[in-house]
Amino acid sequence: MMPNWVGMRLAARARLEGLGSNVTSVIWRLGFAARFLGYLVAHSGTAMRRFRLTVAEVYFAGVLSLVIILVSGLFVGMVLALQGYETLQRFGASESLGVLVALSLVRELGPVVAGLLFASRAGSAITAEIGLMKATEQISAMEMMAVDPIARVVAPRFWGGVISMPLLAALFSAMGVFGGYLIGVQLIGVDAGAFWSQMQAAVDLRNDIWNGVLKSIVFGIAVTWIAVFEGYDAPPTAEGVSRATTRTVVTSSLAILALDFILTALMFTGGNAP
Amino acid sequence: MHNQPDSRGADPVVSIDGVWFGYDPARPVLRDIDLAIPRGAVVGIMGQSGCGKTTLLHLIMGAYVPSRGRATVLGHDTAGLDGAGLFAMRRRMGMLFQFGALFTDLSVYENVAFPMRENTALPEDVLHDLVMMKLQAVGLRGAAQLMPSELSGGMSRRVALARSIALDPELILYDEPFTGLDPISFGVIVRLIRELNDSLGATSIVVTHDVQEALDVVDYAYFMAAGQVIEKGTPDEVRASRHPFMRQFVNGLPDGPVPFHYPAADYAGELEATLP
Repeated sequence: MMPNWVGMRLAARARLEGLGSNVTSVIWRLGFAARFLGYLVAHSGTAMRRFRLTVAEVYFAGVLSLVIILVSGLFVGMVLALQGYETLQRFGASESLGVLVALSLVRELGPVVAGLLFASRAGSAITAEIGLMKATEQISAMEMMAVDPIARVVAPRFWGGVISMPLLAALFSAMGVFGGYLIGVQLIGVDAGAFWSQMQAAVDLRNDIWNGVLKSIVFGIAVTWIAVFEGYDAPPTAEGVSRATTRTVVTSSLAILALDFILTALMFTGGNAP
Repeated sequence: MHNQPDSRGADPVVSIDGVWFGYDPARPVLRDIDLAIPRGAVVGIMGQSGCGKTTLLHLIMGAYVPSRGRATVLGHDTAGLDGAGLFAMRRRMGMLFQFGALFTDLSVYENVAFPMRENTALPEDVLHDLVMMKLQAVGLRGAAQLMPSELSGGMSRRVALARSIALDPELILYDEPFTGLDPISFGVIVRLIRELNDSLGATSIVVTHDVQEALDVVDYAYFMAAGQVIEKGTPDEVRASRHPFMRQFVNGLPDGPVPFHYPAADYAGELEATLP
């Protein structure tokens, strides 16, 4: 019997050591990413002084994401109106459809879905671009020209993403409201006056719109930070860039969902606490 | 401004003294390297793939610092440089990367202008003249508005060369500049290395394994094997070397001190073991 106990103890120890090593590695990587963000923010002077570099990245991350954001926003709004009407009419509250669509979008779906789409479209592109620049020695070439690649390449992309994300989320919500209007008012026949006036009365600028904007800013920082870090940290190989791009989408999506829960708990439940 | 070739032999531009280096301290890639690159010379560092010559180039550019010994480049001990000091030193250097490393989102013109835009405050018209001058030197003034994706391998290398001399460097580093080039492009790059070095009054270090062609252009050559300098001398001295590795390497012999076969168990014994 003894050898079995010894074997089990050794196996358990190996598993614990493996777990410890994984945890240490995650903490080490988080620390590295935090230092990277600190360095990036401290060296953002170039991105601010030569703002056209940042504007070019707003175009790359923001303008080029417009099609997917606007189309998705339209369809999400239309689905919300269909589903919402179905439920509201059971309670004789179908005229509150505008409120349901608008609050769902500005508080929750706008920032979250736009964030997820932004991570897939722009985040992955940022990671791939920086990773490929590293793999093709463009980053090394820049360092050899006495140019700091974090200041010249990474910072403009970071701030471009941070600026783009709230704008995209706002456009997503606006398009969603328009989609809700098309279905609710034009197709189903909800009264247009009730649709808009109830929405106007119920949606609060500070509690709803501003909190939604704040969420989208936080998501923008998280997604772009993950994207630039993964790109800069990617092994300079085809496989390395591919893995980094995948990690950006997965990590960003999980980060958005986790942050959304935390922010929602902080923003919208304070007044309802027992 | 530039030190002319007649000052050759004075203070070396690069001095590597007893340098050891390893990515893993237990397995050194460079072992007790000594070399001195005189001002104005074109010096070759040659050896087979994996012998440590590119690592040595990275030490010279200050990307790594020696684990032991001292690397002095343009009068600076690289180990003592902080980030600002390293960038100040690199402004006096140019480097041609193996595949050019052109910025793919910038045109040829903007690639060559890049180091000037980032490191100087030159007015646009002066910058334009300088860029055109550099492109003229490599024969690609007419390609100024092309994108890197529209260039052949040889043209990319020439644009990268124009970019590397944009700030009139005192020291130009070449990392495998001949890799993958057709014979014409090869000849153009060989000629440009010599001409640009002499016209700029610069010093050049060419890391390559294209021995015969490189020996036609360099003033002096160091040969490396397994992280050590095993032979050095003028091209004629190197060609006449009786060192077994040099004879194999210079003449491209398939077997010798570097064996054809990767170490393996006895083949006959292995075959016998498979018999019924």
